[in-house]
Amino acid sequence: MKKFVWFMTLVLAFALVLSACGAPATEAPVVTQAPATEAPTAAPTVPPAPAKPFRVAVVMPSAINDLAFSQSMYDALVRIQTEMGGPGKFEFVYSENMFVVDDAAAAIRDYATQGYDLVIAHGSQYGSSLQEIAPDFPKTSFAWGTTVDTFGQPNIFAYEAASQEGGYVNGVLAATLSTSKVIGVVGPIETGDAKLYVDGFKAGVKATNPDIDVRVSYIGSFSDVALASEAATTQIAAGADALTGTAQMVVGAIGKAEEANVLWFGTQSNQSSLAPSIVVASQVYHWEVVLKEMISKIQAGTLGGESFRANLANGGEVIEFNPDYALSAEAKSLAETTIKGIIDGTIKITLP
Amino acid sequence: MAMKKLLQSEWVSRLVDVLLPVFAALAALFVGAVMLLFLKVNPIEAYKALWDGAFGSSNAFAETLVKATPLLLVALGICISFRADVINIGGEGQMIVGAIFATWVGLTFTGLPGWLVITLAMLAGFAGGGIWGGIPGLLKAYFNVNEILSTVMMNAIAVQLMNFLLRGPLIDPAQAELASKIPQTARLLEAFQLPRLIPTRLHLGALIAVILAVLVYILLWRTTLGYRIRAVGQNPHASRYAGIKVQRHVVLALLLSGAFAGLAGATQVFGVNYRMITDGSASGFTGSAGFNGIVAALFGQLHPILSIPASILFGALLVGANKMQRVVQVPSALIIALNGLVVVFVVSSEVWRRRRQKRRLAAAGQDDESSPHAGGEKSQQAETDA
Amino acid sequence: MISDLFSTTVLIGILASGIRLATPYLYASIGEVFGQKSGVLNLGIEGQMLLGAFAAFYVALTTGNLWLGVLVAMIVGAVMGLAMAFVTVNLRAQQGISGIGFYLFGMGVSDLLFQKLLGTVETVKGFPKIFIPGLSDIPGVGEIFFSQNLLVYIAYLLVPIAWFVLNKTTLGLKIRSVGENPDAADSLGVSVARIRYFTIILGGILSAVAGASLSIALLNVFQQNMTSGLGFIAVALVYFGAWKPAGVLGGALLFSMINSLQLWIQVLGIPIPSDIAVMMPYVLTILVLVAAVSRVRAPSALTKPFERED
Repeated sequence: MKKFVWFMTLVLAFALVLSACGAPATEAPVVTQAPATEAPTAAPTVPPAPAKPFRVAVVMPSAINDLAFSQSMYDALVRIQTEMGGPGKFEFVYSENMFVVDDAAAAIRDYATQGYDLVIAHGSQYGSSLQEIAPDFPKTSFAWGTTVDTFGQPNIFAYEAASQEGGYVNGVLAATLSTSKVIGVVGPIETGDAKLYVDGFKAGVKATNPDIDVRVSYIGSFSDVALASEAATTQIAAGADALTGTAQMVVGAIGKAEEANVLWFGTQSNQSSLAPSIVVASQVYHWEVVLKEMISKIQAGTLGGESFRANLANGGEVIEFNPDYALSAEAKSLAETTIKGIIDGTIKITLP
Repeated sequence: MAMKKLLQSEWVSRLVDVLLPVFAALAALFVGAVMLLFLKVNPIEAYKALWDGAFGSSNAFAETLVKATPLLLVALGICISFRADVINIGGEGQMIVGAIFATWVGLTFTGLPGWLVITLAMLAGFAGGGIWGGIPGLLKAYFNVNEILSTVMMNAIAVQLMNFLLRGPLIDPAQAELASKIPQTARLLEAFQLPRLIPTRLHLGALIAVILAVLVYILLWRTTLGYRIRAVGQNPHASRYAGIKVQRHVVLALLLSGAFAGLAGATQVFGVNYRMITDGSASGFTGSAGFNGIVAALFGQLHPILSIPASILFGALLVGANKMQRVVQVPSALIIALNGLVVVFVVSSEVWRRRRQKRRLAAAGQDDESSPHAGGEKSQQAETDA
Repeated sequence: MISDLFSTTVLIGILASGIRLATPYLYASIGEVFGQKSGVLNLGIEGQMLLGAFAAFYVALTTGNLWLGVLVAMIVGAVMGLAMAFVTVNLRAQQGISGIGFYLFGMGVSDLLFQKLLGTVETVKGFPKIFIPGLSDIPGVGEIFFSQNLLVYIAYLLVPIAWFVLNKTTLGLKIRSVGENPDAADSLGVSVARIRYFTIILGGILSAVAGASLSIALLNVFQQNMTSGLGFIAVALVYFGAWKPAGVLGGALLFSMINSLQLWIQVLGIPIPSDIAVMMPYVLTILVLVAAVSRVRAPSALTKPFERED
């Protein structure tokens, strides 16, 4: 029996280490942004709600607090929940870090089986899975983003962000503020939302001042914070005095921009909090605009077949200026004119 | 006393050996329960979800088997390479390259009959992984480049190769038209998809993997080649004296190991996703099977047949953990930590199995002839199969 | 465009960023050298780094004390090392796989704590750059060598120290003998277990400092899985350096500088697809090793648990 004693010692040792690590976790419940939404399924919803709540499940490729793509969706759902009157009216669950496509597929199918009203596949890589799953659940509505393709299915909505629009505005601003006439971009991989944003940004810079050199480095990863930061340093050393970047690993780059006192233009989520002194503006996705449209369609009986686009015109994309950054009135009004121009169509963004 | 006698009986003893990893995994889950309590999640509810997700319904079990398939294939390769004392941690890259080769076949020969294309694609996957494993093999055998270094580097190279190909030469023509250019290939024709075994996602690949497990067993213990690979792993110097070409077998072991991983990549494309998609990382495509397959092989004591239940167990854990995230909304980070604990506990539990084995040997009046520090599992294996 | 690569700005940029990027590798790889010299392969570096990075970041953020952050990271690393030592030395578990287990554990727990304690990405004021008076004013050289932060300098100091300890002290002799021939070492009265405990815990501490060097000196942020495979490269560099601290230094610098070079190639707009550029450091590291055909072999007892023959 000696070995069992050993065994239990081992178990206990680990338990102790863990409780030591885990203990503070319980003391800080305040930090979670939306305690109400933490465990909507675990906490039974309040009975007074007359109708049953609208139930949404979302599958996301990264973490809900990535200050980028996944967080933009999470924040949108939290906002809708508050607007609609709490978990009694609107309930949502999520699977984060579902970067493995077939895991995501399993999650989507499982949510559909559980009878959620809307299952959101928040990642362009999930399309193939959705195409296969949706026909099996004709009464469930699915949403796929970011894309425009509904596969001609009556129960798939498609949504995308015209991230080139915000990119364009950021580009115009950057071109106006840059004195060195060199602007740097740090990207993950040259595809999808990142590519749209970067292409839009380049177009904005070129439209404002064709002599400015926009230099793009793609670091080949969505997670390598160290390389993103070094890419920013390289850009700065090469003379850039304004930087932008997209995806969750750019947090490393923002720090370097702050150190070198170089301007930063954010996208996906509001990144001002990371470096209040140098973030000029962030393009922020407000997915709730497209989600609310979807929800009202669903409640009216249309389960899909349409594609939505978050853009500056419908408020699905908002340029949020950083209040701590002293942006000149001129530059700000230029940005606002640009936004108006994009909205009313006088400015056309041509992508390569 | 009767109890003690029972415990000492050969049959029970072996059974305990087999169940030991399961007990260890349970102990890890017990520690996980403590963590869950700290997160204010009811562990019973959480583990019920885990169980349901892995075994709760025929669909859940099918998902477990789908997850276990690439694990098993990678594990088979690991059985070969680790027995040759070659540490292949390049499974991720080998899966990717195998998948690229297979996908290319599937997208190119659209005029041929389905069974033929599937066969060719699987062979191409086998070859692609073989090349990606063979290169570190050659580097190790003839340039003394350590295989851990080269396989780690080759993983990173394979990822970038995949990104490059999926963004450019192999991109889905439909995506090439769009501004966003999602990095994925076109979808395989329906005729080229691996047939499903029951109306779930369970596909023919699972069956192929099990058959191959038997073949690898035969290869390792019933053929001269297998004998030589194991001999090289046990004692390269003695093997050399015995006239075995050590270098050639090192290359072969890594090549075969890579080939099985490549096949795993091919079955993922032809059996599960029907196209290659990249999110820029290796695990986005492989689901870390190239990595977890190593764990599965070692759970299976580097034995191809035992790797089958080991892969299922590990697959169940992965599938169930995702379900757990969905049901009780624990952060996915907890699940990763929990997997880590299971690995540590199971690998630690080996010590008892080795001790029991030793005692059994002593009781049988045999000497444990294998060298005392030649990586426990190797020495016992010779024993189990004797 | 290609000729732009040979300007002094680029050269200085590559050298300076190579030196910076190499810092975390140096800490982690030197720790791993000690472990492997004593016969223990630790694949769990990445997990230890992540935990160290989080611990240092959290402490620095909440107390404002950077050194306290480093200290706490070291303690966390030591605890992880202790657990790893118990599993691999006492329980004689397969080293590679238990390392993978600890990697997953560290990655998960660091992320979990990050989510529960911080909830969102934040920045901290990390170790400032130290300009060594006089030296930092030398054009070029000053920027490359004498304008880094303290944790960078310490990493480079570790190289000669590690060399000295391994080659010129009794402790080093014991470590090497335990890794080459544990039976002989044991018969001479060296405690194999104690030496391995020492090296694994040291490795844990250094890996944690490697993480801290990222989170509170070089990047000054923490994000889930921020090391992104760095720990595995660190293990690979040990093989590159043939278990010599100087060799590891060479490998870390080579890898980092090529990485910096590929960033410059992209920034200067040289038309190579970004994926191919990103591939460069990995390809070249292998090629250099092929060209330099080395005959150094691994410590004989590497990955072999020690069991006294009774």
